[in-house]
Order: sequence, then structure tokens, then C-alpha cells
Amino acid sequence: MSSNLVWLSIFVLSVFIGFEVVSKVSTTLHTPLMSGANAIHGIILVGAITVTDHADSNLQLGLGIAAVVLATINMVGGFVVTDRMLEMFKGKPRVKKDVDAVGGDSK
Amino acid sequence: MNTNLYGVLILAVSVCFIMALKGLSSPKSARRGNLIGAAGAFVATDLVFWAPGMTHQHKWWILGAIGFGVVVGVPAARKIQMTQMPQLVALFNGVGGGAAALVAIVEYLKLGSGASTAEVVATVFTVIVGCISFSGSIVTFLKLQEIMTTRPVVFPGGRFVIAGTLLGTLGAAEWVIHSMGNTSLAVMAVLALLFGVLFVLPVGGADVPIVISLLNAFTGLTVAASGYVLQSTLLIVAGTLVGASGTILTRLMAAAMGRSLFGTLFGAFTAKPQAAVEGGEARSVKSGSPDDVAILLNYAQRVVIVPGFGLAVAQAQHTVRELADLLTSKGVDVAYGIHPVAGRMPGHMNVLLAEANVPYEQLVEMDEVNPTFPQTDVVLVVGANDVVNPAAKTTPGCPIYGMPILDVASAGNVIFLKRSMRPGFAGIENELLYDPKTTLLFGDAKDSLTKVVSALKAL
Repeated sequence: MSSNLVWLSIFVLSVFIGFEVVSKVSTTLHTPLMSGANAIHGIILVGAITVTDHADSNLQLGLGIAAVVLATINMVGGFVVTDRMLEMFKGKPRVKKDVDAVGGDSK
Repeated sequence: MNTNLYGVLILAVSVCFIMALKGLSSPKSARRGNLIGAAGAFVATDLVFWAPGMTHQHKWWILGAIGFGVVVGVPAARKIQMTQMPQLVALFNGVGGGAAALVAIVEYLKLGSGASTAEVVATVFTVIVGCISFSGSIVTFLKLQEIMTTRPVVFPGGRFVIAGTLLGTLGAAEWVIHSMGNTSLAVMAVLALLFGVLFVLPVGGADVPIVISLLNAFTGLTVAASGYVLQSTLLIVAGTLVGASGTILTRLMAAAMGRSLFGTLFGAFTAKPQAAVEGGEARSVKSGSPDDVAILLNYAQRVVIVPGFGLAVAQAQHTVRELADLLTSKGVDVAYGIHPVAGRMPGHMNVLLAEANVPYEQLVEMDEVNPTFPQTDVVLVVGANDVVNPAAKTTPGCPIYGMPILDVASAGNVIFLKRSMRPGFAGIENELLYDPKTTLLFGDAKDSLTKVVSALKAL
């Protein structure tokens, strides 16, 4: 198999996984999910580090360093802000409505 | 490091990202999912320094740049007000797109004339889409931050200018592929940046979240394409995952808002110019005092609170909760009617109210709350407008036409807490404000609510 075909296979299979994992998601989580996915594409940082490492002119080095800065902001900031959003959902046990009604004061 | 070992570790990181997205799709596992993704990203960033073929000649520059990025990104993410979070996400997405474009440009400069056609095509794709994502996200940021108008910006012949820019970009792409020159690449990048701006300008404020999500998917695809140029499986997998899931998410969001993706992006061009709203004659509205509102609420059996972005801006989440608690203690049945896009993004309002410790059970989604409005005595609309605007049902051609709304008009009384008569984010007049059963209470939402609470206590 030629290497191009390998890349294509990886690409196509990833498309299907991407479709599959988010096909059922409640509206409540749309924003955190978008933000989390946004952080994941910050992995371009790995590419930015690689090209900067191989840079052999000042122009390449400068552009590469700019890419590293931008990618780091994307990745690190993205994960932190997503965590902050999701923190809000934590620690609020979902009391079932009927139990709540029977039990009266649930506090 | 051994190539095989490196490959296996990179595969593990790819699995982390799949698990992260899977986790983020369910409320129980969302936070863990995000942490798994972050761990995977951290490991991958460490690993790349040990990757086969690394020279380490610029190690200190790279480490310094990462340090600088962390110093900028982390405080921004930690200190941002929750109300301003959508624009921060837009900004992070934009810089990611910019980074992908820069990576492709550096690799292109390095490969020089040794690049294969497939690599040049992938580079061209990355630079174009990355630049569109970068400049488009900056415009969405400016719109959400209200630095520029939130209304659709349409100018005469706009669609020809946009089409022309797109054709110019594609022409420049063709030029790059043939000449493999640097000038052509620069021209193409500038045209793509311009196209990104023009493409987002006509999008109305309320539709901006959909565009952010779309640009997010775009950035994912650029990362995948640059992964092909750099021969990195990890970038291909991660980028494609985000591109695919982002596309689905964009469609889900558009569906939640009752919008077609096409209508969102090109609606401003196809919509007929809106008839100027009924001339300039002053129309009477009924405005009330906090005491009137307190009395209405006190004698109600069922009250539904409809929170909007105005509530968040006024930081009135806690006051509204105090009011709800007070009413509940008086035996009034209180619920919050949450429109899917209340706030600035789907699910944004749930985040804001959760921050104020509003019990999860009181948050009722649109489909469940709508049938209960006829049995509801009072609806308290706090800083919301577009999500209750009947124009979405009655006025074909208006920017929000077709968006599902909360049917507050079928309730007994409607109270609007508003700062002014200024129309909402989408910039459309709301007929409901002139309805005889509507009472308006002008002022800052938090201020007004505090007055209502004290009036209610005095009753």
C-alpha cells in the first residue's frame, strides 16, 4: 500500500469516528463540546514545534515561533476554559423530581 | 527515540482524543473527557521533543515560545467572565487556525521546489482555510464583544465582492501550485484573510455561534491537512476528528436554533430588505413599577422565568435565584424556561445559572416548557428578547424567522425586564412589547430584581 493510501485510510476512518462520537449530545453540552474540540485542534502545537526545530532561515524560525505561541494559546487556554465551564456542572446531584416532592425539604 | 515506540505512544494520544470527545458528549463524563484530552495533548507535546529526526537546534526558542503562550493563554482562560466565554472560544479557535496556516507556510518555504504536487495542494488548502478561520474568528470576536455592530453587515454588491474574493483566492491557489513561488503564496494568504472577514460580516449576531462552530471544524481540517504535509498521523487523526465532530455539532446547533446552515451563512443576502418597522410614530407601551410586578408575582400560582443574556450581563443570576426562592417559599410554582440558545451559545445559559446554584430541576428546556405557558400566570422575561420574539413565527424574511421560540405570549401576563426599548442582539423589533398583557420594567436587571424582591418581602 502506498503511503498516500495509508494517510487516506486514516483520514476516512477518523471522519467516521468523529461523526460517531458526537452524534448524540444534549444542547446543554454544545458549548463545552465545541470548546473541548477547539482545544484538541491546538495539537497543531506538535506540528509547530517540528517545523520550528527544522527551520533553517530566520524567516522560517520567526514564523515558526509565532506558530508555537499561537498554538500554545489555543491548546492550553482551550483546555482550561473548557474545564472551567464543566466545573459548573459538577457537584449538583440530579435529585429525581418525584423523590424531591415526596421528601419535601431536600437540603 | 525508536520510531516504533514513538508511533505506539502517538497512537495512545490519538485514542485519548477520541475518548475526550466521547466523554464531552455526556454530562457525567464531560469533565473527565476534557482532562483526558488535556493529558493526551501534554504527553504529545513532551513526546515531540524526543521524536526521531529532531535536531534541537532551536530548543530554547521553542520552549520560550511555549512559556509565553502559556502565560498569555492560561490567565485569559481563568479570568474571563463566564458571559464573555463565547468570544474567548472564538479567539482561541482563530489563533489555532493562524498557527496551522503558519506551520504550512514554514514547511512550504523549507520544502522549496522539492515539494510534491500533493504536498503543495495540501499546503494551499491549509493556508487558505487557516487564514479564513483566523480572520473570520477575529470578526466573530469583535461582534460578540460588541466592538462592532452585531447586525448583519451588508453593502451594495456585497455578494459580488465576496464571490470575487473567493475566485481571486482560488486563482492565486492555482498560481501557487504552478509557480511554487513565495509571492503567489503571500497574495493567496492575504486574499484568504480578506475572504474570512467578508464571509462573517453578513452573519447576524444571533447566528454567530453557528459560525464559530463551523470555523472550529475548518481549523480541524487545516490541522489534518498540515498533518499530511508533515507526515504526522497524530495531526491527521486529531484534526479530522475535530473537523468531523465540528461539522456534526454545527448542524446540531443550527437545528436547535431552527436555522439551516445555508440560511445562516447566506441569509443576509437572500432576505428581502426589512420593511422599516411601522414608521416613526411613538407606540405606547405599558410600563410598571417594581411594586406592580411584585403584586402580580405574589398572586400568581405558576411563574416561569425566561432568562436571557441581559441577565448575565447585569450579573443578576444570584438575585433572580433569590426571587425564585422567595416565590417558592410563598407557594408559587417557579420554573426557568431555557431556550436552547439563551445567552450567546447553545447551553450558555445553563452554565451561567449553574454558576449561581440554581437547582438543576428548575431548568426546563423549551420543548417541555412551551405546552405549560397557557397554564402559567406570569412570565418574567429577564434580559431576553429574540428568544421570545413572535416575529420568528409571524414575519417571514426577518433574520430570526423560523427559529423556535418560547411561546410566552400564551401566558396570562408577561413582564419584561429591559434596560431600554433597544431591540435585542439580532436587532429586530419585538411586537410582544406592545401587547396589552405585557408590562415593562425598565432598568438594570439586577437593580430591578432587587427592588422587586424587597417589594415582595414587604407585601
